[in-house]
Amino acid sequence: MSQMTMTPVQRRDVLRDDPLAQYSRMLEIRHFEELVNELFAQGEIHGTTHLCLGQEALAVGIAAELPTDHAVAATYRGHGVALALGMTPQVVLAEIMGRSAGCVGGVGGSMHLCDMSVGLLPTSAIIGAGIPIAAGAALAYQTLEEQSVAVAIFGDGAANIGAFHEGLNLAAVWKLPVVFVIDNNVYGEYSRIDRTTPFEDLHLRSASYGIPGVTVDGMDSDLVQDTMRVALERARNGQGPTLIEAKTYRFAGHSRADTAPYRPEGELEQWKKRDPLLVTKQRLLKKGAASEDQLDQLEATIKEELESVLDEVRSLPSPNPAAMFDHIYAEQVSV
Amino acid sequence: MGSMRMNQAIATALAEEMRENSSVIVMGEDVADAGGPFKTSEGLLKEFGPKRVRDTPISEMGFTGAAVGAAALGLRPVVEIMFVEFLGVALDAVVTEAAKFRYLSQGQVSCPMVVRASIGSGLGFGCQHSQTLENWVAATPGLKVACPSDPQSAYGLLKAAIRDPDPVIFLEPRALYASRGEVVTGPDGLLELGRARIAREGTKATVVTLGRTTSLTRAAAQQANLDIEIIDLLSLVPWDVKTVCASVKRTGRLVVIEEAPHSGGWGSEIISTITAQAFASLDAAPFRITAPDVPVPYQRDLEALYLPSESEIVRQLESYLVTGVVPQPWWTQEGIAR
Repeated sequence: MSQMTMTPVQRRDVLRDDPLAQYSRMLEIRHFEELVNELFAQGEIHGTTHLCLGQEALAVGIAAELPTDHAVAATYRGHGVALALGMTPQVVLAEIMGRSAGCVGGVGGSMHLCDMSVGLLPTSAIIGAGIPIAAGAALAYQTLEEQSVAVAIFGDGAANIGAFHEGLNLAAVWKLPVVFVIDNNVYGEYSRIDRTTPFEDLHLRSASYGIPGVTVDGMDSDLVQDTMRVALERARNGQGPTLIEAKTYRFAGHSRADTAPYRPEGELEQWKKRDPLLVTKQRLLKKGAASEDQLDQLEATIKEELESVLDEVRSLPSPNPAAMFDHIYAEQVSV
Repeated sequence: MGSMRMNQAIATALAEEMRENSSVIVMGEDVADAGGPFKTSEGLLKEFGPKRVRDTPISEMGFTGAAVGAAALGLRPVVEIMFVEFLGVALDAVVTEAAKFRYLSQGQVSCPMVVRASIGSGLGFGCQHSQTLENWVAATPGLKVACPSDPQSAYGLLKAAIRDPDPVIFLEPRALYASRGEVVTGPDGLLELGRARIAREGTKATVVTLGRTTSLTRAAAQQANLDIEIIDLLSLVPWDVKTVCASVKRTGRLVVIEEAPHSGGWGSEIISTITAQAFASLDAAPFRITAPDVPVPYQRDLEALYLPSESEIVRQLESYLVTGVVPQPWWTQEGIAR
């Protein structure tokens, strides 16, 4: 059964112990992002997009370990996280293309994805905003004595904003069941980390809050999953938050047509040798989980499926003007 | 029914709602052990324990953001912002996150949270601890804004705010915490968000007030025997257009009295809406009595001048009621304002 025809919860469950399903999802994210990039260049998507090319393994590694009743606060660079958590390419693309069948009816756009059936809180376009929010979700779990753990996923740029400090401090002092994941992709918008931050190993910041800080190769979904498992266990045992720094690399620019001319020469090429798709593919071949032909066939099928998703989404209607007035308050408020 | 101070009315409302609903929690700086810097949460820690009554670090961005996440996952947090100015560092959580969660989830997520903040001048705290700042939040769809004017309205409105499914900003005039009044508790004391009340009946002009200016205007009307109808707005978002409009249709005149700098005040919104809806009923130009466009000054006499005083309200209203001409505020007198 193709993952694209499963429900979001099924898409999530299928990842847990299935390396091929995980690889398949990473391919889906990769080609989804490339498709979005193309559609944006052609003018079919308006506004802005923030691609997560190169960061697929992190999203899939987290999703593979996380039950669907655990809340996730993610960011505007969120297509990959949303797909990994289980949202279908149909509803995500429909949202990005402003269709009423989009996950939030077309009023959100690329930066604002949400599906609580798989735990994804509304993704935020504000750097760092999700960090205290995830701490708050964990506060609800702790107060209501639920077993869930909240997760915040954010970029290296967010480690310099006040919400990072305040969110981690609060979570530490209240021993909240939350895992903070820094997707350290080396760039905060157009600026390399060494120009904005005194050191590049951001997990070291955990010492300031008296919580464990670990670093993981974010290009390897297995390692990400292992690291998440330990952090989740800690949180469930009442030991409080963990700060995970995943070393990744943003293969694309910050947004839209940014070609990232500011990168040092050779840096991208160096990282591409550790492309998460390559890392996973080599492991699958080595284990004998599939042949090269089978993996190539899998990739071709996913690309075809995404093309038909695109055809389907293109045929969907735009929201009508009344849609912008819905869901502002619980009841219609005449102001 | 009993006599209590406004801060006691707030603590009573909090305790009752916490008893009623175990998902209500209270957090803020010194709200637990100390019972709140203004004694608005006295007794709560003892009754409900440290899990539901939490002293926070001095970290508004952190704990207000946490309230958003907690509200999204099933709690009803009531956050205390000691002075409304401190909301500045937490505005993202309120204006850009809480106010948008329902919209950006198309109803999957709601944020039933209350942000309580003390507001206003009159206690000599200087210009960084004396503003009202309701215009920071009043123009954000997704938020509701309420402002009590006495112990009864503090009790009834706060309970309504806690029960509301949407984020509510609850602005408490600090100078009124110690004011005493009879409070009807229980269901009869509950008020409805978005509903104004007529604080004094009269026939010659409708005077709209909010928070602190309600009692000032009532005192002014009593002292000078002014035949005015005072409408205590109580909620700024949504505000009670119907009640104000009906009153203006009876009196033919409209004045708004605000404790905030003149430019950009909420009173302009009231006047604009009512003028459009009841223009034919007006027999004089509507106007506003406000503070001047200055930061709140510290020195006692200057601070007393800043807030529209009882005597200034009397002066302007008496003149307007007789002549129908919009009076000039005190600071335009020769030699005072540049």
